[in-house]
Amino acid sequence: MRMATNCCRRRLEVSDNRAVQLLIKLGHQVTSRLWRLGFASRFFLAIFLHSGTSFRRMHLTFREIYFTGVMSLIIILVSGLFVGMVLGLQGYDTLQRYGSAEALGILVALSLVRELGPVVAALLFASRAGSAITAEIGLMKATEQLSAMEMMAVNPIARVVAPRFWGGVISMPLLAALFSAMGVFGGYLVGVVLIGVDSGSFWSQMQATVDFREDVVNGIIKSFVFGVIVSWVAVFEGYDCEPTAEGVSGATTRTVVTSSLAILAADFVLTALMFRGV
Amino acid sequence: MNQEPLVQIRDLSFSYDNRKILSGVNLTIPRGKVVAIMGSSGCGKTTTLRLIGGQLKPTSGEVRVNGQVVHELDSEGLYAMRRRTGMLFQFGALFTDMSVYDNVAFQMREHTDLPEALIHDLVLMKLHAVGLRGAHKLMPSELSGGMARRVALARSIALDPMLMMYDEPFAGLDPISLSIVGVLIRKLNDALGASSIIVTHDVQESLKIVDYIYFVSEGRIVAEGTAEEIRNSKTPYVHQFVWGEADGPVPFQYPTHNAYGDELLQKAA
Ligand SMILES: Nc1ncnc2c1ncn2[C@@H]1O[C@H](COP(=O)(O)OP(=O)(O)O)[C@@H](O)[C@H]1O
Ligand SMILES: [Mg+2]
Repeated sequence: MRMATNCCRRRLEVSDNRAVQLLIKLGHQVTSRLWRLGFASRFFLAIFLHSGTSFRRMHLTFREIYFTGVMSLIIILVSGLFVGMVLGLQGYDTLQRYGSAEALGILVALSLVRELGPVVAALLFASRAGSAITAEIGLMKATEQLSAMEMMAVNPIARVVAPRFWGGVISMPLLAALFSAMGVFGGYLVGVVLIGVDSGSFWSQMQATVDFREDVVNGIIKSFVFGVIVSWVAVFEGYDCEPTAEGVSGATTRTVVTSSLAILAADFVLTALMFRGV
Repeated sequence: MNQEPLVQIRDLSFSYDNRKILSGVNLTIPRGKVVAIMGSSGCGKTTTLRLIGGQLKPTSGEVRVNGQVVHELDSEGLYAMRRRTGMLFQFGALFTDMSVYDNVAFQMREHTDLPEALIHDLVLMKLHAVGLRGAHKLMPSELSGGMARRVALARSIALDPMLMMYDEPFAGLDPISLSIVGVLIRKLNDALGASSIIVTHDVQESLKIVDYIYFVSEGRIVAEGTAEEIRNSKTPYVHQFVWGEADGPVPFQYPTHNAYGDELLQKAA
């Protein structure tokens, strides 16, 4: 990769033409991004190959679940509550125009379980836990802890990276479920307690309409995929970062930006695949 | 005892991308000895240690450790070799999320099935050897620089290695910690029956404890000898290094392609 940089630089100096320079720069951006994507994919495979330790010694993974989970718990619960309350207000406002305010329970539950729960929880998880994982691994690299581990004949991918990856993958659906539960509660608070929608129809319509296979399982699949995306981006950016203070801070930012974009893009793809078009 | 040297480096060359770091280095670490590799910052000392530990592959030439060519080992062989090698990193590289105790116990837990009670005794014994048995509950962030270096030392001797490598063990220490670490390196080497490589630019401290010294400059060995020979050396480079003179064969000015006068004239024009 570095060789490519060098030869491009040389050519940049040779050519005076602005357009040519721009084109070369563009091409270089594209190839270097492709290279990185390639590295990231190989890294993904390596994590799977070295996952034995994470499951044989479950306490390593549990520790990471504990840390990432606890780290994100408060922010997930509070955000879930507020998102649910806003849904209650906005949903009521729209539904009562068509005289179907009792359907508020359906609207709140479906929006949360199918969309907002997995997506918003994953975005929050990326900025809270994902960035922390990147920073931690990046700092371990910058302070030669990963090198030291290698020299002690312990594979850092197996011992450090894989447990964090699986910890993230396992926490994500749990956090998304908590987010949705808090959201439904928030919708209930605003819709039923505050505005006065009938409590019986709020719950019974929700139970009758929300389908386990169609809605809940699909939501869980989404949050599992997002968990893989966030954890993969986070561990890769940490492991691949330049081992300096600037390198670590840059990698942390990239984790949040890249995983957030990837979550939203993957959400569209997954929704399209799951959409039955009645 | 096996008379073949523990580490033999032959015609070792190494480049990062296209930049040559080492060219044709030959050196030998006999069993039971402490050998220093000296040179100014950036001359490739850490790189040499990484080549010996198999973290980098030579461009040409070879490193033999205990008779085996390091870059020809498969990952299993490499890990087997590393289990018998201890390395002290420049800044200790303690695992910041573990206590002193867990740091020292790390390799025992990873590589052996020893019961926890026995590990407990071994860990305290290793910590005792570096004078820090009382600090086993502390976290790395609570240690001073000298203490962290000693804990890292205890950690690297956890499995009684045959080869110890020290990357700048004296950097950034106060004079007292510096002598403590120096004495420890010598004592541990002799107690373990190991061989040690110290990479450093601290001449005075290492002259006190090492058996043999190699000087590296611009990727080559430029001088070698016992501590006594080095002290009395008339080689200009060694003399400059040992007595810490600002100018000599190693120029004060970073090389530039045009003279300073020309630069000023260009500005004026
Ligand atoms: N990963 C790397 N990529 C490119 N160049 C490197 C890398 N690591 C070290 N270098 C360069 O190699 C040279 C030797 O480095 P090193 O062995 O760390 O020197 P030192 O003797 O101070 O330990 C330095 O000039 C450094 O800039
Ligand atoms: Mg160095």
